[in-house]
Amino acid sequence: MNRPIRNIAVACLVLFLALIINANYVQFVEADSLNSKNGNRRVINEEFSRDRGAILVDGKSVAESVKSKDEYKFQRTYPDKDLYAPLTGYFSYIYGRSSVESTENDVLSGSDDRLFVNRVVDLVSNKQPKGGSVELTIDPLAQKAAAEGLKRLGGDTKGAVAAIDPRTGAVLAMVSQPSYDPNALASHDFDQVQQAWKELNADADQPLTNRSTVQTLPPGSTFKLITAAAALENGVVNDIDDKVKAGTTLKFPGYGYTLPNENGGNCGGNRITFERALNVSCNVAFGGLALDIGQEKLAAQAAKFGFGTDPIDGLASSPSRFTTPGTKLEPPQLGQTGIGQYDVAATPLQMAMVAAGIANDGDVMKPYVVDTVRAPNLRVLDKTQPERLSEAVSSSTAAKLREMMVSTVTSGTATSAQIPGVEVGAKTGTAQSTPDRPPYAWFVSYAKDGDKEVAVAVLVESSDTARDEIAGGRLAGPIAKSVMQAVLGK
Amino acid sequence: MTTPVWVPRKRRGAELFLTFLAVFIGVAAYASVGLGAEGRIPADTYKLGGALIVVAIATHLIVRRVAPYADPVLLPLVIALNGLGLAMIYRLDIGRQQINPDRAAFANSQLVWTAVGIAAFAGILVAVRDHRRLQTLTYTFGAAAIGLLILPLIPGVGQTINGARIWVVLLGFSFQPGEAAKVCLAIFFAGYLVVKRDALALAGRRILGIDLPRGRDLGPILACWLISVGILVFQRDLGSSLLFFGLFVVMLYVATERPGWIVVGGLLFGAGAYFGYAAFGHVRVRFDAWLDPFGDPDRNGQVINGLFGLAHGGLLGQGLGQGSPQLTPFSFSDFIAASMGEELGLTGLMAILVIYGLIVERGLRIALTCRDAFGKLLAAGLAFSFALQVFVVVGGVTRLIPLTGLTTPFMAQGGSSVVMNWAIIGLLLRISDQTRRPAPEISSLDSNDETQVVRMS
Repeated sequence: MNRPIRNIAVACLVLFLALIINANYVQFVEADSLNSKNGNRRVINEEFSRDRGAILVDGKSVAESVKSKDEYKFQRTYPDKDLYAPLTGYFSYIYGRSSVESTENDVLSGSDDRLFVNRVVDLVSNKQPKGGSVELTIDPLAQKAAAEGLKRLGGDTKGAVAAIDPRTGAVLAMVSQPSYDPNALASHDFDQVQQAWKELNADADQPLTNRSTVQTLPPGSTFKLITAAAALENGVVNDIDDKVKAGTTLKFPGYGYTLPNENGGNCGGNRITFERALNVSCNVAFGGLALDIGQEKLAAQAAKFGFGTDPIDGLASSPSRFTTPGTKLEPPQLGQTGIGQYDVAATPLQMAMVAAGIANDGDVMKPYVVDTVRAPNLRVLDKTQPERLSEAVSSSTAAKLREMMVSTVTSGTATSAQIPGVEVGAKTGTAQSTPDRPPYAWFVSYAKDGDKEVAVAVLVESSDTARDEIAGGRLAGPIAKSVMQAVLGK
Repeated sequence: MTTPVWVPRKRRGAELFLTFLAVFIGVAAYASVGLGAEGRIPADTYKLGGALIVVAIATHLIVRRVAPYADPVLLPLVIALNGLGLAMIYRLDIGRQQINPDRAAFANSQLVWTAVGIAAFAGILVAVRDHRRLQTLTYTFGAAAIGLLILPLIPGVGQTINGARIWVVLLGFSFQPGEAAKVCLAIFFAGYLVVKRDALALAGRRILGIDLPRGRDLGPILACWLISVGILVFQRDLGSSLLFFGLFVVMLYVATERPGWIVVGGLLFGAGAYFGYAAFGHVRVRFDAWLDPFGDPDRNGQVINGLFGLAHGGLLGQGLGQGSPQLTPFSFSDFIAASMGEELGLTGLMAILVIYGLIVERGLRIALTCRDAFGKLLAAGLAFSFALQVFVVVGGVTRLIPLTGLTTPFMAQGGSSVVMNWAIIGLLLRISDQTRRPAPEISSLDSNDETQVVRMS
């Protein structure tokens, strides 16, 4: 009976070898792909239990992990509640991550390749891996000024502010109202988290949406900056003193449509200077210029400012739209497009980029929110280098546009943004969508003072203010002004 | 073929040393669970360690007294596995109660069952002074096996837990008689085959190149097999069905030395598996979960969670008390191998598999060196069933083969499993004591001598 027993022994050896080889396959070869599978709670738990790095604004934490006494060991907290929510995003056990919490997750959670040595050291010294920190480009004073400005318009006001440094593209303020408190989603009380999530998603005002980068709406008269740029670049108008056709209405023969001015005025004559046309935001003049420029060239100018591309990495964002691609605009539509109506839709960030490009001698810089990424020992892993997106206009065109924007502040529709002793240029906008809802109030501006520069776009979607009072200058202007003052320190 | 010549040495000192090592592994695992899960060594570690050492020494002394020539490695191997299993069950109690404080804790009852198991082990060594006496009870054990297998089907006694009707509740205790039936069947097969193996191997007709035995020789065994497999089909216990069938085929092969039985068994198994797949929904579910677990993540959550746990453990493991094995359903019983893999890593899981492999190797070595046919068959059967059980359950958990419900010997929570596995080790030690003991005069009286002479000429 010994031979069969020996054979059985060999068979058992094969069985055990198969088990060991298979264990090697599952735990070594296949492990990475299993760890990255959806719904792997172990990996989620592990990340959730880690000493996650902080998100910093001017050296102060706006998102940090503090020790907790429950099984997850650390609780993510957002000391400023809803103020930085569009930037930090949330870090939730159930609903994952968003915004910078999501895009910089590798560094924050400590699993970034550049932190490999740290992880090995932690492993050897039997410490839990620690995450690195992320410093944002935000100016806390500007951020607060923007948020308070929108809040001052009333709790039901929907709106957004985007401010960037024209020379670098660094985002200085980014506010969306209504916002949300990420603490409610980061809580370890999952029932409450689910409740909060349900409420946030059921809210018709979409507090989870970052309006400043995602919400595209008709930019109204602020789009006239792009029309003006295209007119100068393409030689339709050569100087700001050139006369352009104005008057009460712009007629489109054969279409039975006329484009009026806001409040039915005549812009001060049948022929006015280009500068004055921008100062008083003359619809007839810019509608006519759009026709002279032509759809193709106007679209190209918009694209050079960033229309049609995702403006920013690391945050949810939508490209702004000149018109639905492939559409041939009829003259009345092109005329409306020239004044920021019809199918044009832009995000506040995009309009801030327009002002920034003009302020920066025509060069549009790519916006970014992450300034520095640091290892847990504060060694700098990465610092964002400013990157030029495009040369939107020549520097001489930019200078002319600045001159017109400045005179719009000193003696036009944007006087609400005046800051004594500072070069401020601006353009207002009031865009109609449908007659049954209030128009959108826009304000796009830049300011320069010494070595400080800022470009701001403010959008107020709807507010408690009565309808006839709505105008970009009056509603949105003071907010832009306070943001610029915060950045300039005035 | 030459049989190895054994110099009769007791090696009890080596056993004592290895036993201390094994106890140390268990106690260290327990302390490390406390450190990992709660940040401190459990206060009763010293008490538990002391108690374990006392029990281990007592067990060792019993072996020294009643089975002085027994294999010195088996006992320490089993103590190490049992200790690791207890530590893991304690660790899972902590983890599972973190999720829900109302969940039952199993560590204490498992400790009690381990004590019962060691008592059963000692009892067998003391009561069965010569394993060949069991041969006289061949049919008693056959009848007992059938009785034990039928028990769960009796209304009022049997209970269906998690879809399998393999539980018996008596006087408030629930247990799985299948484990005991396995041992009884092994004894029955061994006793029966010893008597009938010549008839099975030599008498009969040759059809299509396969020697078919006479019906009257085969009848009782086939009947027993049909009854056991039939009962298991009704009880929906795939794993035990496979285990009993494998045990039966391999013992037949060892007894008759005819590889044809393996072929026949393989064909029968293939047919049975196909029938099971076609006829039973739960078999199909298991099979599909094996082929593509992520095709239906909700239904295959347990398999997927087990794999996630193993992957999470990686090469070195999360460390005892620091992983999340409690997320896997039945992490403390069916999936305890995955829990081990998660917290001890590939390294730890391979070490555990090697320990199992060593137990099987020692068992087969006992079979190889045993001087009587009954002991040979019994030891081979027990060792192989142990190997097959480990293969089926660990292979199922690690997705080498479809998952079937079997307990992981000595580690999985469950009283009947622990007790019966200790009993198996008791039997193996008893046979090995007989084998290694210098007592040649016994073999001259052995009734098997004649057949062996015939075979070897």
